[in-house]
Amino acid sequence: MTRQRTPDRRVVITGLGAVAPGGIGIKAYWELLTSGRSATRTITHYDPSPFRSRVAAEVDFDPVREGLTPQEIRRMDRAAQFAVVAAREALADSGLAVAALDPGRIGTALGSAVGCTTSLEREYVVVSDGGRRWEVDHDYAVRDLYRHFVPGSMAVEVAHLAGAEGPAAVVSTGCTSGLDALGHAVELIREGSVDVMVTGATEAPISPITSACFDAIHATTPRNDDPEHASRPFDRTRNGLVLGEGSAVLMLEELEHARRRGARIYAEIAGFASRCNAYHMTGLKADGVEMAAAITAAMDEARLGPDGLDYINAHGSSTKMNDRHETAAFKVSLGEHAYRTPVSSIKSMIGHSLGAIGALEIAACALAMEHSVVPPTANLHEPDPDCDLDYVPLHARVQRTDAVLSVGSGFGGFQSAMVLARPDRRMP
Amino acid sequence: MTAVVTGIGVAAPNGLGTDAYWQATLAGRGGLRPLTRFDASSYPSRVAGEIPDFEAAEHLPSRLLPQTDRMTRLALFAAEGALGDAGLRTEELPRYGVGVVTAASGGGVEFGQRELQALWSQGKEHVSAYQSFAWFYAVNSGQISIRHGLRGPSGVLVTEQAGGIDALGHARRHIRRGTPVVVSGGVDGALCPWGWVPQIATGLLSTTTDPERAYLPFASDAGGYVPGEGGAILVLEDDEQARARGARRYGEVAGYAATLDPAPGSGRPPGLLRAVRLALDDAGIGPDEVDVVFADGAAVPELDRIESDALTELFGPYGVPVTVPKSMTGRLFAGAALDTATALLAIRDGLIPPTAPVDGPAAEHRIDLVTGAPRPARLRTALVLARGYGGFNSALVLRGCTDTTESEETTR
Repeated sequence: MTRQRTPDRRVVITGLGAVAPGGIGIKAYWELLTSGRSATRTITHYDPSPFRSRVAAEVDFDPVREGLTPQEIRRMDRAAQFAVVAAREALADSGLAVAALDPGRIGTALGSAVGCTTSLEREYVVVSDGGRRWEVDHDYAVRDLYRHFVPGSMAVEVAHLAGAEGPAAVVSTGCTSGLDALGHAVELIREGSVDVMVTGATEAPISPITSACFDAIHATTPRNDDPEHASRPFDRTRNGLVLGEGSAVLMLEELEHARRRGARIYAEIAGFASRCNAYHMTGLKADGVEMAAAITAAMDEARLGPDGLDYINAHGSSTKMNDRHETAAFKVSLGEHAYRTPVSSIKSMIGHSLGAIGALEIAACALAMEHSVVPPTANLHEPDPDCDLDYVPLHARVQRTDAVLSVGSGFGGFQSAMVLARPDRRMP
Repeated sequence: MTAVVTGIGVAAPNGLGTDAYWQATLAGRGGLRPLTRFDASSYPSRVAGEIPDFEAAEHLPSRLLPQTDRMTRLALFAAEGALGDAGLRTEELPRYGVGVVTAASGGGVEFGQRELQALWSQGKEHVSAYQSFAWFYAVNSGQISIRHGLRGPSGVLVTEQAGGIDALGHARRHIRRGTPVVVSGGVDGALCPWGWVPQIATGLLSTTTDPERAYLPFASDAGGYVPGEGGAILVLEDDEQARARGARRYGEVAGYAATLDPAPGSGRPPGLLRAVRLALDDAGIGPDEVDVVFADGAAVPELDRIESDALTELFGPYGVPVTVPKSMTGRLFAGAALDTATALLAIRDGLIPPTAPVDGPAAEHRIDLVTGAPRPARLRTALVLARGYGGFNSALVLRGCTDTTESEETTR
């Protein structure tokens, strides 16, 4: 009984949970995304004054108010806390009685690019006496330091919450971690290893070391005097990304499993593919061919032609290089249809939460399908002549959203693409 | 589609390169030593599996040196070895025909410690422009992809010491979905103070200072484990393609499964036995067809008991040869990618390497632990187990490729 991927096992989204800048929970998240407001602001988590970029999209998150116990708060990094709160919402939203299921048939896959970096930096400062000691002092190490050190622990926390004992992992492919974790989860259901996946991604990277390393390569924006408008994907005046944080967790189920229990189905994850540019750890070639290849492969898997796509949720990180690269990739993969398909970047509102963003974007896509509304690209006032597609500037748009594409691109050269579609669509 | 291993690259504390490692392992020659990479005198644990003879500049282009942590340099060394061993000319394969899937645990920890120190003691202007990617968990997959021009589907899995097997299991998924070659496995290490202290905090490390007695899986005086650095990168290939190009096939990845232990206090059993059963099911075989087990061998009494109980339950008391050659390298973050390489070499040569320097298992572990000299055996199927901190359990079933075995027997 070798497990092989069988085409008749299809995967659908039946639950959503989010912890995002602008609010905790799916309702607040969707309200922000459709308002066209930005949740970016001057950094408050620490004194940002030494840094070139002092803007971020922070989450107002009080773990006590979210019901976490003192033990959980001590044990878990902020990113793990986000994930657990988002997972709790997703489980409830799905209406799935997980206690009645075989725990071995529920898996967990959580994306994160930098794991528990905030806790690690905080504890490093303690054990190194503020960076003065190379031989850091183990007497000052907190008991849970190792959980922060190897971030697989975050998947374990989510799995325990859901009572899941199937395969579990953190997927860490930089800024495509969120999409790749979901892609991993889809694969586990399709091959028959599990019926249900608690999956998504989380990130809480807003800490001095992250600011320092992005400053060093000028990846983040220096638009400090206008923090609410600092993330401006596809705008001529964009000059770098705005760091964000947050988590989205999705419940994925095998289609028949979901139908049998009469679950609400947001969307089918109909296609996924990833490719590498094998070019540079941080740079992108302008032609976008590897991202285009990922898009084409994901669309092929979904059996969807370029004319069938209603919306593209862009990576749109608001760097000079990315937004051109991505625009080129859409043109290569979709041809003329690139000009007819609305494209938007929600990073204009919630910043770039590295490994988490892919899951937050897929949650946004599922909501766009649920409401037949496309979120806008905020802060896009002066289109870049090199970015000449329809980027849904400033205002959300009511329109058909039967099939949508989301893409991600990140350090290491990873390029990923995922297609959502209505499960009852006619297959060509 | 069947996934076979056609290339092996090894960087291990007791041997740099596959042949050096395999000869040392068969001879029972370990690589555990008192730490030399940093001053460990203030720490309760002072022994590690260090790779003593790796000069990165001899193996890598100089432009890669400022931007890589030591563990990435070792990974690049192993990947080059694996691709060379496979005899693959990747530029002749389809543009998106080769993927990369690796395991990660702590990232480029030593690099990260240097930059944290620079930030906090000198200021942000002193942080390297490479920190943004030299430390993060995806670095090895990214660097291997760039160095060899590999553009296929990739991945990075973090399940602590189960990661190496999970990476190989995931690589097999890519092969089944139509990517003909995936470079996969895990090479890792964190032998610096900031990598050492979090491990001490787990309470699982051995505090024995004699390298010969520090890491003794299943022994009556097992008292924790010793961390090592290094690992293995393997080339997984679609069997049809491998046959068509006449490649040497070490063996097939015939079965794989992963489980997670239940939450503490749930009263439910640990997931290791279930992982093994699922992996055997996946391979379509029963326990009687397994010829050797490469065990996880945590050398933590409670964890050893869980593992020997699982093996006894499935195979019967003393029912199958069990070995833990990682006793000679220390436990590697990258999990059992190296054990997988070792198992394939054991199948090739019909020799089970010993659990050196363990003399024998404690009476409570009713397992046939291979100790002393390597044990000759006709090996067709091997089971490799790995566990990761937090409750990750992974099992991999490897099966020798019949025609290779036969042709080797005729030449022997």
